[in-house]
Amino acid sequence: MVEAAQRDGPTVRAEGLRKRFGDVVALDGVDLEVAPGEVVGLLGPNGAGKTTTVRILTTVLAPDGGEATVAGYDVVRHPDAVRRRIGLAGQFAAVDGNLTGRENLHLIGKLTQMPRSTVPGRAGELLDRFGLTDAADRPARTYSGGMRRRLDVAAALVHRPPVLFLDEPTTGLDPQSRAQLWEMIRELVAEGTTVLLTTQYLEEADRLAVRIVVVDGGKVIAEGTPNELKAKLGGTVVEIGLEDEDGARRAVPLVGSAGVAPDREGNLVRFSTPVGALSLLGVLRALEDGGLAPASLSVRDPSLDDVFLSLTGHHVRAEGSGGRSGRQGRRSRRGAA
Amino acid sequence: MSAAPTLTSEARVRRSPATALVADGLAVTGRNLLAYVRIPQLVVFSTIQPVIFVLLFRYVFGGAIDVPGGSYVNYLMPGIFAQTVVFGSIGTAVGLATDVRSGLVERFRSLPMARSAVLTGRTAADGVRNVFVVLLMTVVGYLVGFRVQTNVAAFLAALALIVAFGYAFSWIFATVGLAVADPESAQAAAFPVMAPLVFASSAFVPLDTMPGWLQGFAANQPVSVVVDATRALVLGGPTSRPVLEALAWIVAIVAVFGPVAVARYRRMA
Repeated sequence: MVEAAQRDGPTVRAEGLRKRFGDVVALDGVDLEVAPGEVVGLLGPNGAGKTTTVRILTTVLAPDGGEATVAGYDVVRHPDAVRRRIGLAGQFAAVDGNLTGRENLHLIGKLTQMPRSTVPGRAGELLDRFGLTDAADRPARTYSGGMRRRLDVAAALVHRPPVLFLDEPTTGLDPQSRAQLWEMIRELVAEGTTVLLTTQYLEEADRLAVRIVVVDGGKVIAEGTPNELKAKLGGTVVEIGLEDEDGARRAVPLVGSAGVAPDREGNLVRFSTPVGALSLLGVLRALEDGGLAPASLSVRDPSLDDVFLSLTGHHVRAEGSGGRSGRQGRRSRRGAA
Repeated sequence: MSAAPTLTSEARVRRSPATALVADGLAVTGRNLLAYVRIPQLVVFSTIQPVIFVLLFRYVFGGAIDVPGGSYVNYLMPGIFAQTVVFGSIGTAVGLATDVRSGLVERFRSLPMARSAVLTGRTAADGVRNVFVVLLMTVVGYLVGFRVQTNVAAFLAALALIVAFGYAFSWIFATVGLAVADPESAQAAAFPVMAPLVFASSAFVPLDTMPGWLQGFAANQPVSVVVDATRALVLGGPTSRPVLEALAWIVAIVAVFGPVAVARYRRMA
């Protein structure tokens, strides 16, 4: 048997994955494990190495170094064995606009060697499930962004792959389409599909993933359950705006005296806390005692930026700056998405 | 972990590598042909330019060009056929580059399908399109006075040779399309390669009007060789040697660019 698989162990395993595009180091030793039936969210900003990791795990791209197995098969040595067991829905809704939704699914069924007689039934079932039955016989180029994305995910599922890779499945979608897609992903998970999804949104990772792996600069910088990560962050982010920078500077020690660790940016003083309301009370009292009145106040859940600030000490890099893979640079349209 | 319904391995057709090659290639061919049916403009636009060339050379330049045998329109049409399929192979580059950019190639690369199928499916579909376009050009040629001087069998052989030549050229531009991965660049990159091959050839004018240094290139490059063979089949004269030379070029181009394009597809980043 050529395709010797390791049966037990994680469904997805990556060790020390490295990849560079010219001078740009996209992956600098990524380690990753996804247990059977688990949903792991790969969280990070643009250029962190999320897409490159997924491309290597789906055999689309060869790593420069490191090893990876999916469903027990080495992605470099047995790519076809891996391909038969995975579904990939990319960031850019890779469906053929000239084919109808149904034809797109039929094509994938043919190309994954499903028995001819089972393809139409499976396609119909997926169209139904993804709410595309009415649009099934229209060319996909007439679909809305949300419909295209649903068709893209459906296309990844035609051959019932036990492992599903979703690369930023909801980027660019309106809130309603996003919620619909989340619901569909949750259903798949409930059926036992192992899912690795990438996202830039902490909220998305939080909603869908059992475990979150945070990547930055081609490295894993943190991982844990959403609650563990939030605990690390302090849960709630409080931002107090002062009249001016001078006021903010004076406010920092006052806020600090209330038992939190603030940092300042312009006239904003920010801190995170596991007990939002309670510490806010103390902070406001301390400010009042110091003769300072807040000009604005916001209390919110931590964003990816907060995660990054707390884990790396720097903000998420501005969109498009540094760290983009060569491929994304070359495909300007993709890079701009 | 209990195996949920989706985890039961789906029945799969087992097949030999050769079967996979053909089946996947046909599936992709079908998909590409559907695009030509759904967007007929793709085919219509690829016929406008050759029609303009027919009119231009037949009625504007033709009168100033002396050809052996006397009838310029009969001399011209084999050249037009070759020009049509050579320029048409830009479509192969543009089509592939479009699929790369849209992410479809990425999806295909993640599927357990033959590595060559995206390319064989593209070139085969463009070959079918060429059959249609060449037949259309035959009609246009007849309307402006072109008449086959030999017989139907020889004429069909000539068209088959032209379509085969277009197929070979598609492999060159499949390589280009994968390399540039951008439809606009594919178009821009193609023209400087094609123009000298098409115009510094026997397609529109006899070679003996060209300067000596150019004749050496023009006489031996593939477009001239194929045009000469096509002329022999359509207008008469010895056919076996020119046709064999043309077939040698066609086989050589596919033998070189087929593997190059497939290797490129495998290694794509």
